[in-house]
Amino acid sequence: MSVHKNILTATNLSIGYQSKSVENTIASNLNLNLQEGTLIALIGENGIGKSTLLRTLSGLQKPLSGSVSLNDKDLKDYNQMDLAQNLSLVLTEKLPPSNLTVFELIALGRQPYTNWIGTLTDDDVAQVMEAIALTQIEHLSDKKYYEISDGQFQNVLVARALAQDTPLIILDEPSTHLDLFHKVSLFKLLKKLAAEANKCIFFSTHDIDLAIQLSDEMIVMTTESVIQDQPCNLISKGVFNTLFKDENITFDSEKGRFMIR
Amino acid sequence: MSLILVLTLVLNISLGQVAVPFKEVIKSLLGSHASKDTWEYIITNFRLPKAITSILVGVGLSTSGLLMQTLFRNPLAGPYVLGLSSGSSLGVAFVILGAGVLPIALSDFLVSSYGIILASCLGSFAVLMLVLMISKFLRDTMTILIAGLMFSSFAGAIVSVLTYFSSAEKLQKFTFWSMGSIGNLSWPNIVILAIAVCIGLLLSLFSIKSLDALLLGENYAKSLGLDLKKSRRLIIFATSILAGSITAFAGPIAFIGLAVPHLSKLVFQTSNHRILFGSTLIIGAIIMLLCDTFSQMPGCDFTLPINAITSIVGAPVVIWLLVRKNRLV
Repeated sequence: MSVHKNILTATNLSIGYQSKSVENTIASNLNLNLQEGTLIALIGENGIGKSTLLRTLSGLQKPLSGSVSLNDKDLKDYNQMDLAQNLSLVLTEKLPPSNLTVFELIALGRQPYTNWIGTLTDDDVAQVMEAIALTQIEHLSDKKYYEISDGQFQNVLVARALAQDTPLIILDEPSTHLDLFHKVSLFKLLKKLAAEANKCIFFSTHDIDLAIQLSDEMIVMTTESVIQDQPCNLISKGVFNTLFKDENITFDSEKGRFMIR
Repeated sequence: MSLILVLTLVLNISLGQVAVPFKEVIKSLLGSHASKDTWEYIITNFRLPKAITSILVGVGLSTSGLLMQTLFRNPLAGPYVLGLSSGSSLGVAFVILGAGVLPIALSDFLVSSYGIILASCLGSFAVLMLVLMISKFLRDTMTILIAGLMFSSFAGAIVSVLTYFSSAEKLQKFTFWSMGSIGNLSWPNIVILAIAVCIGLLLSLFSIKSLDALLLGENYAKSLGLDLKKSRRLIIFATSILAGSITAFAGPIAFIGLAVPHLSKLVFQTSNHRILFGSTLIIGAIIMLLCDTFSQMPGCDFTLPINAITSIVGAPVVIWLLVRKNRLV
């Protein structure tokens, strides 16, 4: 694992919200390392601050203290355009209504590289086609984006992020609203992309069982701590038992899943 | 498409209160002399300027509508949403209705057509400055939209107060202005309007890439490297120049800015702003020329207010679109 290059590093990071008088710290003293070629899942109960962490790591929000560096350069030293060439996002928000086709939507991922009016060069088209091929959505490319199913749409968003050609892709709860089959195929796709395209893929999820089985590393957020490790180590350390406060939910470390008493 | 534009242009110039034979129209347009001096005079000094104004107005208002609809992610947005037309109205209301309290020499100048244009420009410019200032502080685009609507109702309220206190004669003058008119612009005025519209269109051209990015929403647009505040200011500025200058010269003209972008989205079934920009230009010019042709049908010795025509044509079109598509984007 250590032969992989570090893509994103958080050092002594404190995250939270700064309003005029009060500083609302959500988590502090975080030290995280995200490497290329790995699929990393972020888990934690609702409201624990997963989104805040993702927003801080993707530069949408400033850290309260500490630093985040992307490709050995501090995140705050990036301008918007450089950042767009190093980090792509898949968000939970709905797209505003439009007539975009799947191909056009994915091609928008090339914006950081196109000229002032957004002309796609042959190279841009090739990158878009490669992203479409990797995510296996060739049959959808001429459809309007609102005509396809939720599961297909997630793949389209992943393809758009791929077309942006960045070493790091951050996804905010990409598996929400999907059935088990589509969840599994999405996670497998992400794992394949991390391994084959040597991307660093970081995503938050509530599908802990699947994340344990499919991700290379996990970051577990609880009120006390934020721990990054490989899933099997996290199981043997008993971290998952501390995830939910409810005594009725326990983690069965042999079966590798949560049980309800 | 361009062919239809040329046809409507020729149709617009050929038809009017005074019947001019078609051959003579073409003759005067091509620079040779028509058989009657009056015909040539009507064509070159009345109908041609009017046709050109129609094109400028149609093109400018439609483009600003397109920019607003994408920026505010709202199919109902149009140039009026930022309160620009209301700002213009307020400026004009001040000089026409409020002229009584000023010294006579000054009020004479202000009520002249130049005074009205100046007041209208200042009015929309003031609102533009306020909106731009506010957009610096507001992070959310929707909030800017609401602020624009607030400005517009504020300006509207002041106009009502002024109306209440003014004489019938002045009120009539103001009402005429507010009905819109594209018929009485002199050539120098048209040149000024054309320059303003061209600047606005050029700025819009530079906004095409950011508009495409904004189709994914603001957060995605940012993640694609878009400087959101800068492009938002550019888009608002372009709209303001377009809508402000047109309202100044032609009065507040309704519906074109709202309906034309929808028409071109329906015709071309796309959200690609490069295609939409071009098609909106052409459809805007066509619709405005048609509206103007309707407003002075041959054989009638009166001219209907252009603002009424655009709404009479525009409202059914939008309703028809809603019923047919059940989905506006």
